[in-house]
Amino acid sequence: MKRTMIATSAAALIAGLTTATAVFAGEEDELVIDGETLVTKAPAPEGSPFSEVISGWRFRSDETQALQMDDFDNPGMIYVDQGLDLWEAADGSEGKSCADCHGDIAGFAGLRAAMPKWSEELGTLATMEELINYSRTEHMGAEPWKWESNEMLSMTAAIGLQSRGMPVDVATDGPAETWWEKGREIYYTRFGQLDFSCANCHEDNYGNMLRADHLSQGQINGFPVYRLKWGGLGSIDRRFKGCVEDTRGVPFAVGSDEMKALELYVASRGTGLVIETPSVRQ
Amino acid sequence: MMRNLHVKEWGIAFAALFALSLPAMAETAPGDVAFADGAVEQSLTGGAGDAENGRAVFVDRSLGNCVTCHANSDVADVPFHGEVGPTLDGVADRWTEAELRGLVVNSKMIFEGTIMPGFYVKDPAPRVREDLVGKTILTASEVEDVVAYLRTLKE
Repeated sequence: MKRTMIATSAAALIAGLTTATAVFAGEEDELVIDGETLVTKAPAPEGSPFSEVISGWRFRSDETQALQMDDFDNPGMIYVDQGLDLWEAADGSEGKSCADCHGDIAGFAGLRAAMPKWSEELGTLATMEELINYSRTEHMGAEPWKWESNEMLSMTAAIGLQSRGMPVDVATDGPAETWWEKGREIYYTRFGQLDFSCANCHEDNYGNMLRADHLSQGQINGFPVYRLKWGGLGSIDRRFKGCVEDTRGVPFAVGSDEMKALELYVASRGTGLVIETPSVRQ
Repeated sequence: MMRNLHVKEWGIAFAALFALSLPAMAETAPGDVAFADGAVEQSLTGGAGDAENGRAVFVDRSLGNCVTCHANSDVADVPFHGEVGPTLDGVADRWTEAELRGLVVNSKMIFEGTIMPGFYVKDPAPRVREDLVGKTILTASEVEDVVAYLRTLKE
């Protein structure tokens, strides 16, 4: 039985190598935007389950890759433009805009790279969405935006873009540590009728074809992401939800503690990569 | 009168449906499958499977969906074979019928920690979608059909 196992895995490996090379020459491509090369493959840091961290961009077809290499072609940039308009727009009972207090949005360079992070003010591990809504309700006297609304996605894209090219740098110690551990536990737990954990696909099988889909490491350094399948921008939680649904399981609620813990843990697995917001995927 | 007749008709229809759904022989329930070294000797239905239907179950995305992970030259007409699992060409030369049945029912009995779902296991993990709670991916007869089909994959 053991010999059979080895023989079949070797055959699968050879089949995999030839298919991947033929179909996805893009695995060795470099992501260059405006003359700047973004790190899409790097040695994994100590303690990482990977030997090297690889951006989801490398797993995509040449056509999809090209969309992210030119900001005029990147459909996510339309949302960024909307986000920049919202940044300047006064809203709520205080009649203030984001810009009135925060000035140039470029001042938020580095924020996306550190998300999610513990917030003393909110008393929780905060996502970008929660920080934005906190400021809207507490500082502007405005209504919070819905998680997956056009406004929220536009704003997270605009703020996220300020960190493009900056290394992923999430804190996993201090008050964030228990969240990180919870996230890791979820990552390795199998869910649904199909009995899959995140790790089954994105740690054990990245690089392999799942039907016509090239399995990636499930990195989240490019969110919010413009997905061709969605025909629009989407949040990390939307993507996680889709993944759990693919296991024929019940996803965690958007914005729930489970989702936030998973976001922190998955973000930390991307240490070594840089922010790509807004990225483009299939 | 009309109303009574209506109820009676439905009653007959239900009785007929119930009779049809009764297995010809005693079917083994998901929790009662007897494994020996990962293999399952007994047919889950007590009878032989239909290889032709097994091929259909094999490729059907909502049933076996086997192509998503396994390459198989016999279904070369179906595009995009996966490479997560081993290729199934000649699988009948490598495994006995009982082993193939065990692998389809619950491959984790042979390959601990494998990604491959158990196709005749109830509620294997937490958070199973509500409409699927208590249900297996394939029925007993579908498992037997797939096993019969896999038996034809010889090199």
